[in-house]
Amino acid sequence: MLPFISFEWVSDTVHFVFHGALWYALSVLGMGMTYCIIKAAYDTAKGKGGGHH
Amino acid sequence: MDDALIPKGVKRCPLPQFLGAIAVVSAVLLWGVYAMLLCWFKGLNQTNMNNAYGFAMWIWADLAVIALGGGAFFTGLLKYIFGKDELKNIINFAVLLGFICYSSALLILGIDVGQPLRGWFIFWHANVHSMLTEVAFCLTCYFFVLCIEYLPLVLENRQIDRVPFFHNLSHNMHEIMAVFAATGAFLSFFHQGSLGGVAGVLFARPFGFREHILIWPFTFFLFTWSAAACGPCFTILITKITETISRKKLVKDNVVWLLAKIAGWMLLSYIFVKTIDTIYWATVTAPSKGFVLGHFYTDNAFYGYWILFLEIIVCGWVPAFLLVIRKTRENNKLLWIAVFLGALGAMVNRWVMVLQVLAIPVLPFEDWALYIPSWQEVATTILPVAYGIILVMISFRYMPIFPQEQELNPIEPPTPEEEPVATADTDESAEEKDPAAPEGDLQPAQA
Repeated sequence: MLPFISFEWVSDTVHFVFHGALWYALSVLGMGMTYCIIKAAYDTAKGKGGGHH
Repeated sequence: MDDALIPKGVKRCPLPQFLGAIAVVSAVLLWGVYAMLLCWFKGLNQTNMNNAYGFAMWIWADLAVIALGGGAFFTGLLKYIFGKDELKNIINFAVLLGFICYSSALLILGIDVGQPLRGWFIFWHANVHSMLTEVAFCLTCYFFVLCIEYLPLVLENRQIDRVPFFHNLSHNMHEIMAVFAATGAFLSFFHQGSLGGVAGVLFARPFGFREHILIWPFTFFLFTWSAAACGPCFTILITKITETISRKKLVKDNVVWLLAKIAGWMLLSYIFVKTIDTIYWATVTAPSKGFVLGHFYTDNAFYGYWILFLEIIVCGWVPAFLLVIRKTRENNKLLWIAVFLGALGAMVNRWVMVLQVLAIPVLPFEDWALYIPSWQEVATTILPVAYGIILVMISFRYMPIFPQEQELNPIEPPTPEEEPVATADTDESAEEKDPAAPEGDLQPAQA
């Protein structure tokens, strides 16, 4: 799954394309959620969000 | 008792009635859990799978729920990427159904693999030449997407939303939901397609084998297409069922008709291509492998031409025309029939591509291999249905799933006789009254 860590890793195009897409998707989700959580903490500290839309 | 958790401005059944309904469905759920534990502790000898059926009822159920859950990615694509803003009124429910379908698919896979504790092997020791590895990757990632899309709904519960951090988190997630929706559409396209591709590359099984475009067999595109067409049908169908059970209008007709119209055109284009694909397969591909069409539909006790007719005509062309033509789409009964047939069509197609493929003899000395699932397989397949019903019930009761519900079902203001009871209901209702409301709104006793 990861270069240099998984013993069966082969550095060929197929592995990079296949796992690259997985890492890309996971990165988008991870970064998106991280952004949301940090911004929510920041907004809360600023006193935003009184529980009403 | 749980009034404080119920969204504002909507009415729900009394708590004992709700718990009673949950208890009934939970009995079915427990039956499924019992069968699941039997499969885990005693092994796959609890099933009727055999050398002919390495894929059986579970895989059909997996493919079917994944297709039906396609309403989530396609509705998200339409709303967030193509700007069909009216669909915001049904997208929450589509996400909920997608979440249920995909979590069910993962649960069924967890039973099917026999040793779920080794489930992570498929990621760590991935076989990059297998379409099923891609399915596993995309399925899991897309489930994360659905969790992310479902989370703001949970956070919008009346009590959770009072916590500023959760309120802000929910708001921020809505702000960038288009990014998650686009990622979800990307993942869905590939895993829906690869599930179809699995049947299409089986050159030793001419019933499933199809011609290719580059490395992708036609079934790759047909599966994605059918999920985008039939998934919204399923979303509309379950919305209609929820409306019937709750005896409320939950989504405005124009929203349902818009989604039905898009689903209709998707279904029409899909079934057109599917028909061409079937004709080409029956007249060119299968004969080139030494088979005639009759070989796939005769000399057995179950599979006849009726299943081809059911899939293509009854569950394909009929619902497609019903949804595309405005007059029939806007007729409530015909809409019910159309979305039911559309959803059934996806299930029949997956049955054919998973189970009929394996039933057909491919060597001269072989017979048809028909299969009847064991009760454990049936129970574990019904298990996700019960789980889904429970999750829909809980979500509908405690989360603002349908944004138009309040507008479509205004709660009548209490009569003067009922007023003292209503105001004494909870302390919270008094707290939530707008302090700036004009005094003229008050009843004489309150004034």
